[in-house]
Amino acid sequence: MWKIRWKLTVRGLAQNWAVFRESRVGMLGVVIILLFGVFGALWPIMINTVWDPLVYHPVVGFDPMVLHPSPPTRAHLLGTDPIGRDILAQLMFSTGREFLLGVLSALITVVIGTVIGTVAAYYGGFTDTFFMRVADIMMLFPFIPLLVVVGSMVRLTFFPFAMILGVLGGFGGITIILKAQALSVKVRPYIDAARVAGGSSFHIIRAHIIPNVLPLSFLYMMFNVTSAILSEATLSFFGVLNIDMSWGMMIHTADVAGYLFDFGKYWWLWLPSGVAITLFCAAFYMVGRGLDEVVNPRLRKR
Amino acid sequence: MDTLLKLDDFTMHYRTKAGWVQAVDGVTLSLARGQALGLVGESGCGKTSVAMSIMKLLPYNSKVVRGRILFEDRDIYSMSDEEVRRMRWKGIAMIFQAAMNSLNPVYRVGNQIVEAIVTHEPETSEREARERVASLFELVGIPKERVDHYPHEYSGGMKQRAVIAMALACNPKLVIADEPTTALDVIVQDKILREIDQIRRKINMSMIYISHDVSVIAEVSDVVAVMYAGKLVEMGPADNVFKKPRHPYTCGLMMAYPSILGDKHELATIPGEPPNLLDPPAGCRFHPRCDRASVECREADPVWRAVAEGHYTACHNPVEITGTWSEAVKALNGGERLGASSNA
Amino acid sequence: MVLPATPDMPDADDAILRVERLSKYYPVSRGFFQRRHLLLHAVDDASFEVRRGEVSGLVGESGCGKTTTGRLIARLILPTAGRIFVDNADVSKIQGSDLVEFRQKVQMIFQDPYESLDPRMTIFDIVTEPLNVNGIGNLEEREERVAEMLSLVGITPPSAFLFRFPHELSGGQRQRVAIARALVVNPTFVVADEPTSMLDVSIRTGVMKLLAQLREDLGISYLYITHDLAVARYLCDRIAVMYLGKIVEMGTAEEIVKEPLHPYTRALISAVPVPDPAIRRPVPNIKGGLSKPINPLPRCRFYERCPDARGVCADQNHPELKEVSGGRFVACHVL
Repeated sequence: MWKIRWKLTVRGLAQNWAVFRESRVGMLGVVIILLFGVFGALWPIMINTVWDPLVYHPVVGFDPMVLHPSPPTRAHLLGTDPIGRDILAQLMFSTGREFLLGVLSALITVVIGTVIGTVAAYYGGFTDTFFMRVADIMMLFPFIPLLVVVGSMVRLTFFPFAMILGVLGGFGGITIILKAQALSVKVRPYIDAARVAGGSSFHIIRAHIIPNVLPLSFLYMMFNVTSAILSEATLSFFGVLNIDMSWGMMIHTADVAGYLFDFGKYWWLWLPSGVAITLFCAAFYMVGRGLDEVVNPRLRKR
Repeated sequence: MDTLLKLDDFTMHYRTKAGWVQAVDGVTLSLARGQALGLVGESGCGKTSVAMSIMKLLPYNSKVVRGRILFEDRDIYSMSDEEVRRMRWKGIAMIFQAAMNSLNPVYRVGNQIVEAIVTHEPETSEREARERVASLFELVGIPKERVDHYPHEYSGGMKQRAVIAMALACNPKLVIADEPTTALDVIVQDKILREIDQIRRKINMSMIYISHDVSVIAEVSDVVAVMYAGKLVEMGPADNVFKKPRHPYTCGLMMAYPSILGDKHELATIPGEPPNLLDPPAGCRFHPRCDRASVECREADPVWRAVAEGHYTACHNPVEITGTWSEAVKALNGGERLGASSNA
Repeated sequence: MVLPATPDMPDADDAILRVERLSKYYPVSRGFFQRRHLLLHAVDDASFEVRRGEVSGLVGESGCGKTTTGRLIARLILPTAGRIFVDNADVSKIQGSDLVEFRQKVQMIFQDPYESLDPRMTIFDIVTEPLNVNGIGNLEEREERVAEMLSLVGITPPSAFLFRFPHELSGGQRQRVAIARALVVNPTFVVADEPTSMLDVSIRTGVMKLLAQLREDLGISYLYITHDLAVARYLCDRIAVMYLGKIVEMGTAEEIVKEPLHPYTRALISAVPVPDPAIRRPVPNIKGGLSKPINPLPRCRFYERCPDARGVCADQNHPELKEVSGGRFVACHVL
């Protein structure tokens, strides 16, 4: 029995993959994400084999042999920052953490959004009104300033920050979108059929509504990765976050040392991380666009 | 007779990922001025594809493999785009399936028709167009004051009438009605069909009715064509086809329809399901479901031939009906009864 | 596996379903600035019964309340007024373990086979769902039961279909799967809401015959909801005709079709097209179009459209159903 189910799941995934592959944008996104994956995976290898941790550690490293900030040289392929740390090492080190942050917070967002969205859609009434008003408030509230305030009150380290980002996102706009989807599932005759069969509300939500909302949740998860990374970059830039190193932090370092004013001259201080943020966000967005065609068959070209 | 439309061995396929769908295969028929043709078949048999081919409204993944469509002796598929545009509406107009949804909800119904007229007949002034809309509404039976209403203020039957008025707006010579009453209740359906029929007779227009419903076709058509799996299986004057059907599929279809008149007769089932047109069966496409199938049917494609004056069929072993159809029905089904213990 | 026993054979006058003065109103709001709260009388004071082992037809045009009636009986919604008895138990008062039992006793087949099966479930999961949620049998027994049901409804061989998804099946096959799902818990009463109206003719007859066969073999009673009088004639023993939430006529299928008494039934029957070009049907004797029963006036519901309307029809309330001969009911002042 389980073998058959496993086979069916694999077949379903293979079919969706076939549709996804048709989308050039989506495939490009996947390729970029894979490249980032490889790039991030290189850091532990480099630091344990080629690079001297004393010189190349992304947070505490310092190279006494050159003036800082140093433009790209053979020793520092992307140069060093104003306090003598290797830019390439910083970039590589941050990649893995950006992945973790983006995916973790998006996952939290989507789990909360899916549960609240389906519950609000199924029960309606007070539950629905309550969560929708919460979502309205979340959407009206300026997100970044809110986090700036929160950041100045508590020490926002990596995991709490991912949690907060995820939870705030989960109660926001995504619940409205997923609720709309759940509502359209709720009125399908197969829901009635399940009720006639004697299914409880819990059974109907778990076995029928959530599975039919999940593809859309997954799609929005991709978009949420993008927004999580962008929020992180913005907040790091303002120096609100208490995290060791990230792409946003790299720009922040350049900024507080006053190097952003001479924009073109010290390009290696901001360009690599800027490009990384842009590409990384774009990649998840593109995967989302590609998934759109899998999730909404109407968009498919025949 | 004066031929208006002629399909000559028309064959059209769709390209899909899985291969070529043989949607319309070797359809040959002709329609005289003022005549009403009924095209019957089940969903997926290619009847809508035939209509779209005549309107030259085929999607990009279609391909005319062979054959021609002649409208007023001119090949539609060698016309320029400009000529085709002129032919639509003024030559051939179409009432689409689920036509009720084809009205734009944000414009007043009257204005939509006026716009259609002005677009297709630039020489008509807007005032003339308005007058024509008023007379069209009278023709299809919508009260005049309804001209300036929005579609959502119309009932289902009324929308259907408005769509018919729109199809008639440019005095077409031929109107194709694709399932014009399928979404409607019987009483409204009856009214609309009567109205279309009266209008057709009044202005001597040709019609092609497309429906899955044998009884609807029987009521409004002069000539009936039955389609199965992309092919015509039988065509002839309505009286002949419905009294003495020759193709087993036509027989099966008619026997499958319960009737409200006469004695309750047994309903026939056609075993199996219509074939996949990606890979239709060899020989006669109906043979896997046919109780009269012989070796010949499995191997050779039956020839389209005349069995009586104007009555054609493509079958190796056509049905012979002697006596009346209702006697034949009784003879064909002995044995089991549907809804048995009832009506003692 | 504990399944309710197959019901005993029909006992002549025993009603499996009794509907008493059933009403369902829906609030509707009109106007944006001045909200007026009105009531749509979807089902209005309807009474009828279905005898054990019989197929009763509920016939009417779209919006007449026939589907609402079906959903009320299946307890998908609760009535505004009136009572429904299945096996002498009041449906709206059923609770707890009785509800579990009710859910097995009464099943429903839906109109659209493309929509009534969850697209993300396999055929096996769909058909086992009723067993699953009621905790009937273990996995092996369920597998056996599903295979048995699928072969019963003509999905053969079952093993070839168990792990397919609904979109891999044709319309006729899907409706058979839906029937198998409804029958898997051995129901005694099935509400069939237009189960064949979305199917092609050549497929439709097969499903109709299957339903008739199942009733013979399993002794199931049906309420067959349809807009098609010809179909109702073929499948039903008795027919009730509904118009704007009211039942206007009841009788045996042949009586209704051959000698309709109510002017609405007469119009309905004369509007059904016949597959014989030689027959010219008379124009149905009915005026105007269908309206919605929103806060209807206290007079005969059919008054505006009735060719025989008199003063009494407008002055008095909607007529009660009267028995004109044995088992034959009509609601009309004029008759």
